[in-house]
This record gives sequence, C-alpha cells and structure tokens, in this order.
Amino acid sequence: MKPKYTIAVTSLNNTDNPGAGVPVIRGLREAKSFDVRIIGLVYENLEPGIYMENVADKIYQIPYPSAGSDVFMERIEYIHSKENIDVIIPNFDAELFTFMKSEHVLKDMGIKTFLPTIKQFEERHKSELPEFGKKYGFDIPFSKTITNLSDIKNLQYEFNYPVLVKGKFYDAYLAYTPEQVIEFFNKISSKWGVPVIIQEFIKGTEVNVIALGDGKGNTIGSVPMRKQYITDKGKAWGGITLGDKNLMKITKDLIKKTKWKGGMELEFIKTQENKYYIIEINPRIPAWVYLAVGAGQNLPEALVKLALGENVEPFKSYDVGKMFVRYSQDIIADISVFEKLSMIGEL
Amino acid sequence: MKIRNNIAVSETGFVFDPNSGDSFTLNETGKQILNMLSEGKTGSEIKHFFIENFEVEVTTFENNFSEFLMMLQGLNLVEE
Amino acid sequence: MTTKKRYERPIITKINAGVTDKFGMRPKMPIISKIEGVAITDIIAKYGSPAFVISEKTIRKTYNEAKRAFSTRYPNVQFAWSYKTNYLDAVCQIFHSEGAWAEVVSGFEYDKAIANGIPGNKILFNGPDKSKDDLIKAVENGAFIHLDHFDELYELLSIADTSKKRPKVAIRVNMDTGVYPLWDRFGFNYENGEAWNALNRIMLSEKMDLVGLHTHIGTYMMTPDPYAVAASKLAELAVRVDKKYNHKIKYIDMGGGFASKNTLKGAYLPGKDTCPSFDQYAEAITNALINSELDPNKMPTLFLETGRALIDDAGYLVGTVLANKRLSNGRRSMIVDVGVNMLFTSFWYEHEIYPVKEVSANAEDTTIYGPLCMNIDVIRDVIKFPLLQKDDNYVIKRIGAYNMTQWMQFITLRPNIVLIDINGNTHIIREKETNESLTSHERVPAYLK
Repeated sequence: MKPKYTIAVTSLNNTDNPGAGVPVIRGLREAKSFDVRIIGLVYENLEPGIYMENVADKIYQIPYPSAGSDVFMERIEYIHSKENIDVIIPNFDAELFTFMKSEHVLKDMGIKTFLPTIKQFEERHKSELPEFGKKYGFDIPFSKTITNLSDIKNLQYEFNYPVLVKGKFYDAYLAYTPEQVIEFFNKISSKWGVPVIIQEFIKGTEVNVIALGDGKGNTIGSVPMRKQYITDKGKAWGGITLGDKNLMKITKDLIKKTKWKGGMELEFIKTQENKYYIIEINPRIPAWVYLAVGAGQNLPEALVKLALGENVEPFKSYDVGKMFVRYSQDIIADISVFEKLSMIGEL
Repeated sequence: MKIRNNIAVSETGFVFDPNSGDSFTLNETGKQILNMLSEGKTGSEIKHFFIENFEVEVTTFENNFSEFLMMLQGLNLVEE
Repeated sequence: MTTKKRYERPIITKINAGVTDKFGMRPKMPIISKIEGVAITDIIAKYGSPAFVISEKTIRKTYNEAKRAFSTRYPNVQFAWSYKTNYLDAVCQIFHSEGAWAEVVSGFEYDKAIANGIPGNKILFNGPDKSKDDLIKAVENGAFIHLDHFDELYELLSIADTSKKRPKVAIRVNMDTGVYPLWDRFGFNYENGEAWNALNRIMLSEKMDLVGLHTHIGTYMMTPDPYAVAASKLAELAVRVDKKYNHKIKYIDMGGGFASKNTLKGAYLPGKDTCPSFDQYAEAITNALINSELDPNKMPTLFLETGRALIDDAGYLVGTVLANKRLSNGRRSMIVDVGVNMLFTSFWYEHEIYPVKEVSANAEDTTIYGPLCMNIDVIRDVIKFPLLQKDDNYVIKRIGAYNMTQWMQFITLRPNIVLIDINGNTHIIREKETNESLTSHERVPAYLK
C-alpha cells in the first residue's frame, strides 16, 4: 500500500503572474509512490487555488514573511498542530529566506523541507550573479545594483541602452532611456525595496531549465523549455521542451559545482553565436513545473522523497517536444467561502 | 440614521454590501452598533446601552460613535 | 452588579480582495507592558510622558554576547565604547565597568571620557576634528591618536618636536570593500597608496610610535563579508610595515558599523530576521586576520568600536497617545507625544511600536505622527496598529543608539532619561529640561529689556 503524506504548499495564486503552488500540487496528486493530503497555505483571499476543485484539501491563511519569522513560524506551528504536516514546499520568492532560516525550527517540529542553503540562496541573488559567474565559471551579463535615483545618471558610462531594470524578488523592465530607468526604479523600489538591479541587455533567445539538485552535487532531474508565447508580464503562456544538450550540460555542471539542494529554475539567453548567458537563478520550482511532469519527470514527487530522506534515482530522460499552453477559466464561488477565509483565516 | 436594509451583518462581523460588491469586517463594538442601527435604535439608545454595558466614558464613546457613523456614511452603508 | 465588558473603539474595515502582493494577514500585535519587570505605566506615572528608558541588564548582556563572539575566536580583543552613540555618563560607566575603553571623536567627548575616570592610555581618539590643544592633551595623556588626514599628521609632528612624550598614533584607512556607498571621506585611502604613504611618513619621521591601524567601513552593514575584506587589507598593511621597518603593529581597529536589529525603511524583511549576529561579524573578521600573513605568535590586538549594536536594544521610549483623527482619505492617524526631535532614527527605521495594555486583534492602517507642528514629524508612515485611544500608553523599542545624542531641543523640552538597574530599581540619569535649562544660556541685551 502507498504511504500517505500531508504536504503543505504555498502560492496558490494561479493568475497571469502565477506561483508554482497549483502545478506542484497537480504533480503531487499524480505521484506514483505516495498519496497526499494537501494543505494550501495562502496569503490572500482571492488566490485561485483556494476556489479550484481538487487542489487543496484544507486552506490556511498565513502572514507575509515581512511580519517577521517569529509570527510566521507561530502560524505554521498552529497549522502543524492541527494537520501534522510531513513536508512543506514553499514557492514564493519572498518567503524562501524565512523558511531557510527556520529550517531547524521546522525540523524540530517534525516538518521536512528540501531547500537550498542560505549560502546557495545568497550567492545567486540577482545582485550577486556576476560574482557567481566568476566563481563558478559561467557567462553572466554585466550588471550593477543601484540604491537611489542619483546613481542613474552614471549608468551611461558603464552601459549601452537599452538596459534591464530588475527588482530584488520580481519584475523586470527594458528601459531605453535614463528617464525610463527612473520610472522603473520608482515602480520596482516602491514594491520590492532596494537595491534595484541594472543589467546589460543581451540579444538572443530566452531558454529556461527546471532542475532538482540533491544537495550532493547530483542532478536528479532537469528539463529545458523555451517560452513560445509571453504575456505582457513576461510570463510564459505557452512553452515547449527542448533537446538542447548544451543546456543540460551547463545545468549539471552548475548543480555539481554548487551542490545545489532543492528545486531551481535557470534562465538563459542563448545568443546567435551559441553562447549561453545565465540571466537569473530562481531558488525554487517555477510555475511551469507541470510541463516537466508531463514530459516524464515528476520533480515535485522526487523533491518530497528527497525531503523525507529517501534515496532518489536521477531521471534519465524526458520527452522532447512536449508543450504546455496556459488557459484561464472562471470558477464560480459563493461569497460564504470568501467570508470564511477572510474572517477565520482557514477553510 | 438607519443602515440600508439590504446590508446584512453575519455572526463573525462580516458585512457584504450588495450595491457596491464590497465586503467589510467589524470589530465587536462595531458589530454591536451596526446591529442596533439595523434594529432601528436611536443614537441615544445606543449610547446608553454602551455606557451601561461597557467600560467607557461618555465623552470617549460619543467621540468614537460619531466617528464611526461618519465612516459608515463615507462607505455608503446608511440611508438618511 | 454585573461587570462591564471591555470596550474598544468601533471600527469597520474594508476587506481588500486580492491576490498575492507583499502584505497580507497580520496576526495580533503583541504588547509590551513591562521593561525589565517594571510596569511602563508606573514609569510614566513617576517620570512623566514621554520618557527614555534604558535597561542596564540589556546593555551588559549585549556587551557580553559581543565579547564572547569575538574573544572565543581571537586571542586578544578589546572593545572601546563609541561615545557619540550614547554619551550619557551613566551609560558610559556601565560599558567601562565591563572593561570597555573609550572611543571619542571630539575634544568634548575626550574630556567626558577623562571625567568618567578613563585614563588617556585607554582612549582612542578618532575623527577629523581634533584641535591643536586636543592633540597636545592627547599626547600628554598617552591617548591613541587615530590620524585622519595629512594636515593632522604634520600638526602632530610639530607638536612632537616640543613635547616630552612621543605621540602614539594609528592611521585611519578607507578602502573599497565592495559595499556601496564607499566611505572615502575619512582617513587615508588604501587602493591609491595614500595609506601606505602615510605609514611611511610616520615611520621615517621617527618622532611618533605607530601602534595601530584603524578602519570604519560604513554604517548599518547588513552583511559581514566587507569586514573580511577590510581586515585582510589592514593585515596586509601591517605585514608590509613589519617587513620594511621590522616594526610590529600593536592593534588592528575594525571600527564599528554593525547593524542592530532595526528594520531599515525600504527593507522587505524585518531587521531582526536579516541583520547579522555578532557571531557572523566575528567569524568574518577573525577568520580574515587568522588567515592573513600576520605573525601567529604576535597577533595584534583586535579593537572594536561598535556602538549601535551594543546599545540599541537597551533603549526604549515610552509615551502617551495625544489624539486620533481621520485623514482626508479615510486613513487613521494617531498623534503621539514623541516626535522626530527625540526620535531622530525614525527618519531611517521602521521603528517597532507596541501598545502597553491588552488589545484585541483588530487593527487599522495608521499613520503615526509626532506632536511637532511640522510636516516632517512622522514616526511611522503606515503601520497596522491596534485601536488605541487618547491617553493610552505605547512603547517604542530599540532606540538606544544615537537618539540620546543626536536629539534636538525643538518646540518641546527633552524628557527624563530613566535607567533600570540590574535589580529593577529606577534612576533618573538625565533630568528633564526646564525652561530655565535653556534660558540660563541666553542673554538679552540691556536695551531690549
């Protein structure tokens, strides 16, 4: 008989700027080696995953990490006392630091995670990427962090326009003039704080890889994908798995050198000259993870097994040419659901 | 002052305004006042009820009450 | 007779239906009713509102944590209390009683340290402003003079010509440690060779004793790594001096700049989650020194001048709500009796502010204003705050650094500062000001009387 695990998953915001919660849950529900009871952890009362059928068995609202790790963990402890959670899979960038910092507290409660180390997390920060590239030998676009508006006028000495203006956690805009940089700087810093990252714009095709490292240097799984259609938020609307051997080589090399632990997404720009620039390393499972599941690598399932301390054999292959197409659909819900979550914080 | 008659206050203090589609939360005292207004109680009846039953000075309550009524007006939850 | 129910101001709050952004459900705000066992309401009743409160216990505890972090990793460590951070004599005496030397940056602070019973040979004299008289005094007392610029170096050389004592000097070095902004206005630059040049002039003059190397790389350093860079560069200078002149540097002074646990404006995660611990700073600095080329048998003493991280936690401001009102956009504002004149740090921190007595989980987005008739007088731009009423008390946490030195007498008078000693007894350590304390310094010309 298959074991049954209680798994808490965050980020059920399956919107046009989606978190990975819902696709991770889909992967877990299709796991061959175990059954699951899913606890959805949500920040907001309109996250679509709350209202979707067959996503979460139980929903709890949690405070944002900006409230402080003490109050955050207090809430997790309360939920754990009711639900007896086996594994938590966080999917929201801004919460990762808090989860990593509290890894031992969670472990003492009996909750397992499979997250990157603080060092791995810190050294792949957008602002640290150039240093990361130097240390491990990967190509990275030139970039610089700025903390206030007066830095913008000096950018012309080090950059050619256009440049990318990026937030610490999210958001990236292409700016053609210093005036646009100012506009995006204000937009990003008001939402995500400083620093804001200015990055050299590399011309080429964006390709992404989802991967899972076991923390010992082995790549348990990895699937490359090119976005076929991009929304005005820069998110993939459709994508297709690729058979690019170079991408797989770079990914395996990176995981080997960094001993990466946990899920990750590598974002590359592949130039005309077949050079691969790493433009971002996301220290978590991306929202398109279900494509990997569909292509034969159930990475969420593998991640849970790693978290539980089981030995996991690396995936040997995946289907090239598998596609995903995102769609939106209206769910009909009653206001009583909204009321219950808003007033009591659980559902 | 009267609460619009299509406004319902739930046990938990949740208020849904069908005209605007907005929802609100009330604290205990806010819920009490809204319910009493719905029942058609007058301002002075409400005031007496609070002075009798809660640890509050008259001036403090009057001050808070009129601010609360202004908020209800601002949110278009009352009819004159 | 039935007991009456607890009252709370009635509120109605719109539920913001939303998808994930960065702020959401906030749990009930905790309360702080006592400081070191003393009820805040009692403090206010006895000493007035507002009042600064300092916990001796927290100072000693924090000092010993810092000391342990460094002395378990490095053979000889000496802290020097940064006077500018908080130079109330009582506070200085607590640090001195724990063994801290004095770190001063002006003649005024220097005299204060001497008056606190600190001998010259336990004073580090920093800063760009040391008058000739200050320098002469420091040489006579055997204080450690940290040279900031060449003009000072030459002035000191000329003093050395006539003085019976040899000046004991260190140079302050500024450098690129990979942090922004680069603090290059103090001391001699490392990268362009100015620091090395200054060291050579000191050694070749043969008129003073080069005893130390000092740096102060920045303030509120959120990562310990730059300290490692700085320590390596100072160690490298010390090794060069030893090679060329066969002269051992006696101490390396890493200055201050350690962050406290306050949250900087614009930061997403709270400072208590992200600011490095003493252990992390100590690990970076001591590893860099131990792994350097310095002679392991004659390691220089490691000096630290950390101020903020040692005193911030020990300070509180307690006060009273003056009024609540609604702003034109419906947001609540609350006026309190502490303004930016007393809480200078509210310009760059999101200070933690708590109610003093039990509150419900209900809270509203609130702007907290100080009492000054000035638009800039804002303590918190927006905070989800419980429903306090006029005359309720509040407490602001973690304000021990800089506020009691950078404060201004402006519009209102400065309040009492109260120390809670180890046994929980309270003492006034600075009397509240009266009109007399200000007017006694004024003079009205006779024709205006």
